[in-house]
Amino acid sequence: MKKWELSRLQELFEAIAAQEPLYIPTDVSGQPTFALWQPGMALTRELNTVRSAKDLFFPQVEELVKFKVEGKKIQVLDPQVQIRDQVVFGVRACDARSFDILDSVFLAEPADTYYRDRRAHTTVMTLACTHPEESCFCTSLGIDPQAPGGDVSCWIEGEALYLNANTPKGQALLSRLPLDEGEKPEADRSVFDRLPLKDLDLTRFGEKKLLDWFHSPKWGELSQSCLGCGTCTFVCPTCQCYDIRDFDTGHGVQRFRCWDSCMYSDFTMMAHGTNRPTQLERFRQRFMHKLVYYPADHGGQVGCVGCGRCLRKCPISMNIVKVARALGEEEV
Amino acid sequence: MQMNQEFKPTIVAFCCNWCSYAGADLSGTNRLQYPANVKIIRIPCSCRLNPMFILRAFQRGADGVILCGCHPGDCHYTTGNYYARRRMTLLFSLLDYMGIERQRTRVEWVSAAEGAKFAATMNDFVDTITKLGPNRRLEDLRCKSE
Amino acid sequence: MQERVIEKAAQLLESGACARVLGWKTGEFFYDVTPAVFTSAQQVRQEMVFSPFCGANLSKYLIAESRKEGKVGVFLKPCDSFSFVQLQKEHRILRENVYAVGVQCQGMSDIEALKALGLRGITAVQAEEDRLTVSTLYGEKTVALEEALSLRCRSCKSRALHDCDELIGDQGRDLDTDRFGEVARLEAMSPEERFAFWRSQLSKCIRCNACRNVCPACSCEKCVFDDPNSGVQNKAAADPFEEDLFHIIRAFHVAGRCTDCGECTRVCPQHIPLHLLNRKLIKDMNALYGPYQAGSDFDSKPPMLTFTQEDPEASIITEGRGIQ
Repeated sequence: MKKWELSRLQELFEAIAAQEPLYIPTDVSGQPTFALWQPGMALTRELNTVRSAKDLFFPQVEELVKFKVEGKKIQVLDPQVQIRDQVVFGVRACDARSFDILDSVFLAEPADTYYRDRRAHTTVMTLACTHPEESCFCTSLGIDPQAPGGDVSCWIEGEALYLNANTPKGQALLSRLPLDEGEKPEADRSVFDRLPLKDLDLTRFGEKKLLDWFHSPKWGELSQSCLGCGTCTFVCPTCQCYDIRDFDTGHGVQRFRCWDSCMYSDFTMMAHGTNRPTQLERFRQRFMHKLVYYPADHGGQVGCVGCGRCLRKCPISMNIVKVARALGEEEV
Repeated sequence: MQMNQEFKPTIVAFCCNWCSYAGADLSGTNRLQYPANVKIIRIPCSCRLNPMFILRAFQRGADGVILCGCHPGDCHYTTGNYYARRRMTLLFSLLDYMGIERQRTRVEWVSAAEGAKFAATMNDFVDTITKLGPNRRLEDLRCKSE
Repeated sequence: MQERVIEKAAQLLESGACARVLGWKTGEFFYDVTPAVFTSAQQVRQEMVFSPFCGANLSKYLIAESRKEGKVGVFLKPCDSFSFVQLQKEHRILRENVYAVGVQCQGMSDIEALKALGLRGITAVQAEEDRLTVSTLYGEKTVALEEALSLRCRSCKSRALHDCDELIGDQGRDLDTDRFGEVARLEAMSPEERFAFWRSQLSKCIRCNACRNVCPACSCEKCVFDDPNSGVQNKAAADPFEEDLFHIIRAFHVAGRCTDCGECTRVCPQHIPLHLLNRKLIKDMNALYGPYQAGSDFDSKPPMLTFTQEDPEASIITEGRGIQ
């Protein structure tokens, strides 16, 4: 295991950034977000960013193709830029697990080349949690917040940062940095046993009886006050739906994709109209996807990583925990 | 477009059908000069101007947007321009509050008989915007031609 | 207060006066309260809550609820009652199907205010007079009650309860707080500083539409930004221009109808001070067209739906003379 003095963290960032662009979670206009490191930029004091780390691989807006129109000539241009190697530091265990879920979607054949390129060129340095929020429940999904994955795992203990490479990519990065050797002291894990949501069970929904969950009478009550905004889907690290849209620039067309939300009325709109006419169906889609459909297709793995963002951000405080509790009350 | 002297602004002038568009016509028949980079869009009444039109004009490359309508009291529909006046005052104040240059927008009342005023207004507005430089604060980079 | 609200709700349902009651429902924690429709007194007694964390404005739900079968009971805080009146003025609520219970308010608390104090892992709060004992995963801390106040409640405009069939607590009055101080501070900046301020704020926008969807004034059946035929439909801001476009148009569209309930800022996941756009418009309309408070009565004409011949010209802005 490698070691670095915490008081010299900026020097470490500088050393990494000298080789490759580095992203860290920092406060921008008062809100924690992943941003390109610049000299003096400090880590946020918040536990996690508002937008998840999925931004780095699956940005909210991404240009796909350009059509340039000149008279009767139409040129098709590929705006896909060569992705450079980059490093992201400070990804929490929950977000690191979300990459596995995104991988299963975007890297399944045919792979999404935009996502694949960014993944391949990014070295992920995770950061272990020591001070979880009350809304954290990653432990109930089998995630160890003190053993985060990624290419390099990092821990802050006392006055030092400890680093351990998990992959050849991580090893290569650490070997290029002037790190000391050191052994991480045993961390105090007791706070994780005090988490209010530690006993939450989100895994029972994937088992079977998909249609029974689908027809549960609870959905009406759960969705009745949903505003139909996209907050939960946009802060969620595992939501991966997108829409492809054209923008008329006046001298051509820019085709781009952007995050979509199943909470929106025109989500998956088709020629026949929308297949989810009320908020009940849209709301149900989101939670069925996370709790039932995804596990059914992926060996029981739940499509949620317990980061708690939706708990903190939903305008009406409806969230996956409340849904799981309400559905769990019934014996299906 | 680097130098201010070379900068030829794009101006969008929304003109009401009954007064200002006729005023523009008159300035043409009188062979009064105003720059060709003023693009006139005819609207049925000044109160037809949705704030969205102004913002979209900026998005699509306008450097200045001007609304011309009948003089207060002379609206073809009696009161349309009074509503337009309130809306534009409030909208321009909001844009100013957000740091958009206040000179980029303007309202001017031009009657069908005021061909000379139309040309003078446009010359003055083009002059103001030329000095102000290109619209950078309400631009859409995708719409800029390469 | 909590007991009286719950008792009233139960009574409305038990007596048959209301078929449904709109209120707030308990959550996992003390602060994650959800607006809910209650249909039985038993459900009310089990799940209903009225605490300083019931900030959500219920009036917008009445658009749909008042169109359903039977009468709906609703609890309205002073702010919410302004929205209630304003929505009636716009003919969006069927008043005869609503039984409105006004609940007096001393200012709502906000979990975000506690977090802004640096408190983390908050699990419980206990109020005692003017102090709040906050239990966290990392120990207890006592803060002044006013430090937990929601941002909007720090400049509360009024405690008057409008158009309620019944009150819990006393009728309140308009307050003389400095609502426009922050707007004035921005106005005093240079255009460059103002531009930088709004860019730094609006560039955080993730276009989740929470501000729009929670807003009682945003009650269009189909928003222009969702309408494929509008030419501006978008799901994400693909250019900074679209961030500005959305927020300018939204603020302008609710001008004269916005009651300044502050829900937009409360729900913004990125803490964009959206109320500063609305308050600017309110401040301007007050100065230009005379004092007006949306939702305070049924008779006054909204400033953007009327005019006088003496109205100032737009040149006061474009020539920089300013609004007096």
